[in-house]
Amino acid sequence: MIQAGLQLEQGPPISVPFRFFLAAPVFLLLAAAALLWEGPAAFAVRLSPAAVAIAHLVALGFMAMVMIGAMMQMLPVLQGSPVPRPRATAAVTHAGVGLGTLAFAAGFLFGEPWLLRAGALALAAGFLAFVVAVLVCLARAPRQNRTVGSMWLVLASLLVAVVFGLMLASLFGWGIALPNQAAHSLHPGWSLLGWTGLLVTGMGFELVPMLQMTAQYPKPMARYMGALLLALLALWSAALWIDEGRWGEVAVGCAVATAAAYALFAVVTVVLQQRRRRRLADVTLDFWRVGMLSLFGASLAWGIRVAWPGAWAGASPESMDILIGVLAMFGFAGSVISGMLYKIMPFLAWFHLQSMCGPGVLAPNMKKILPDARQRLQFRSQVLALALLCAAALWPGLFVYPAALALAATAVLLEMNLLAVVRAYRDGRARAASQSAPRDSC
Amino acid sequence: MTGIGEYMINHHKECDEVFARAEEAVGEADWARAQARFDAFTRQMDRHFDMEGNVLFPEFENKTGHAGGPTQVMRMEHDQMRVVMHEMRAALEAKDAEQYLGLSETFLVLMQQHNFKEEGILYNMIDQVLGDQGEKLLAQLDSVA
Repeated sequence: MIQAGLQLEQGPPISVPFRFFLAAPVFLLLAAAALLWEGPAAFAVRLSPAAVAIAHLVALGFMAMVMIGAMMQMLPVLQGSPVPRPRATAAVTHAGVGLGTLAFAAGFLFGEPWLLRAGALALAAGFLAFVVAVLVCLARAPRQNRTVGSMWLVLASLLVAVVFGLMLASLFGWGIALPNQAAHSLHPGWSLLGWTGLLVTGMGFELVPMLQMTAQYPKPMARYMGALLLALLALWSAALWIDEGRWGEVAVGCAVATAAAYALFAVVTVVLQQRRRRRLADVTLDFWRVGMLSLFGASLAWGIRVAWPGAWAGASPESMDILIGVLAMFGFAGSVISGMLYKIMPFLAWFHLQSMCGPGVLAPNMKKILPDARQRLQFRSQVLALALLCAAALWPGLFVYPAALALAATAVLLEMNLLAVVRAYRDGRARAASQSAPRDSC
Repeated sequence: MTGIGEYMINHHKECDEVFARAEEAVGEADWARAQARFDAFTRQMDRHFDMEGNVLFPEFENKTGHAGGPTQVMRMEHDQMRVVMHEMRAALEAKDAEQYLGLSETFLVLMQQHNFKEEGILYNMIDQVLGDQGEKLLAQLDSVA
């Protein structure tokens, strides 16, 4: 039968995505604490142990945590096949990535190799469970449409990033020499330009036109950009691998082309949003704008950095690398993530509450569940933290402490907002349970 | 010739447009215009639900012998959207912009995830299963008031 296996409703239980979302700001807060503890020294050298710990608290604990939760929620709904055993997969992945990130970061911060080793193993187990579950889900999709295609690329990139990450972990945790020095570049490359960038662009092609009522992205862009980026990353990796991590012409060319593609995505997105059909003020839209501006800035700075390594008159290459990292991870990914959380979480709370209400009865709407004013306040604090972190990359002595405090503040505000959604959900559920006769609202 | 899926996708876009026009008028507190635009919006939505619920889905279910499959979930979501639209009308009559905009935000996400599933998966299947009756069905869809 043609639609065998097709179910159009199989979102997982609400606890599956929510446990990932609720954990994420905690890691942002831990990153702020590590930055406060370490002070300007954390930003003095790109690969200082503290910088590595902070980068992974953000990249794994905050970014990957939300990205995994969102994929576990959205993939089954958007492509019509469930993630197998969602509760078990979520439990293993959440525990593996969460505890693994804690141990891994602590290992670097306190110089304890056994913690680092335990963290790396837990992370590998967590990511493996997730990758296997999503592979099954993708293979069972009833239609191999554009969304499914882009998710294959995202998953492949994640797998490559994890493999290079394990090589580096073997070096730092077990003292096993790297098979190739290129791994130092390839791990962050596949994590940010592959897994993160391909997920945001792949989802962006679908979600930006839907939620903000913009025109569609240009067809060739939506159809081929993911595959093109993956091909560029593969060629870049091969060139670096052959040259043992040295940047030859091919590597530089691929990197500049990749940066140009991401910059183009940022520009097209902003132009589409500028001409959107829906004109209402929207915090998610503002988060996307900050994210696209950061993506453009990071792409430009990185393109120049690799094409003309000596071109930085005022700033050191190290501080440029930290600035690029701040823009890419907190400015680009962090903004898009917060913006999407404000759509996904209130909607899911509403959707699950609505299914508990009787016919003709309505759950509190999304803006009752999470008022605009609370989102707006947190948005402003996140932009402030971003600006201060950028300044701290360039002038660590002056700005690291204010940046760390602002990061802590925005993490707390974000968590408070997410908890407000959970509270509204619990209240609604209690009301629905206690209601014997249907009333006007539940 | 236009496929059935393409025809329905185009109508989704019309629904988006009338939805945005009504919401815009409420945002500007232009209540007379909002009322007229809201009526146009609910007319198009009802027409869309009828095209699917009364024409396409029964044909699809007949052909595939599946009444409890994907179309069943789509019908449930139509009912959910109807409930939200009913509340939007009440908010409009009470001239309660805050309530309307909270509801319309919810409606938008509900409608778009629903449309995404139809456009990405279900309409492809409908084209495949019912493609040979395309002309007859398009004429029937046109005549849904």
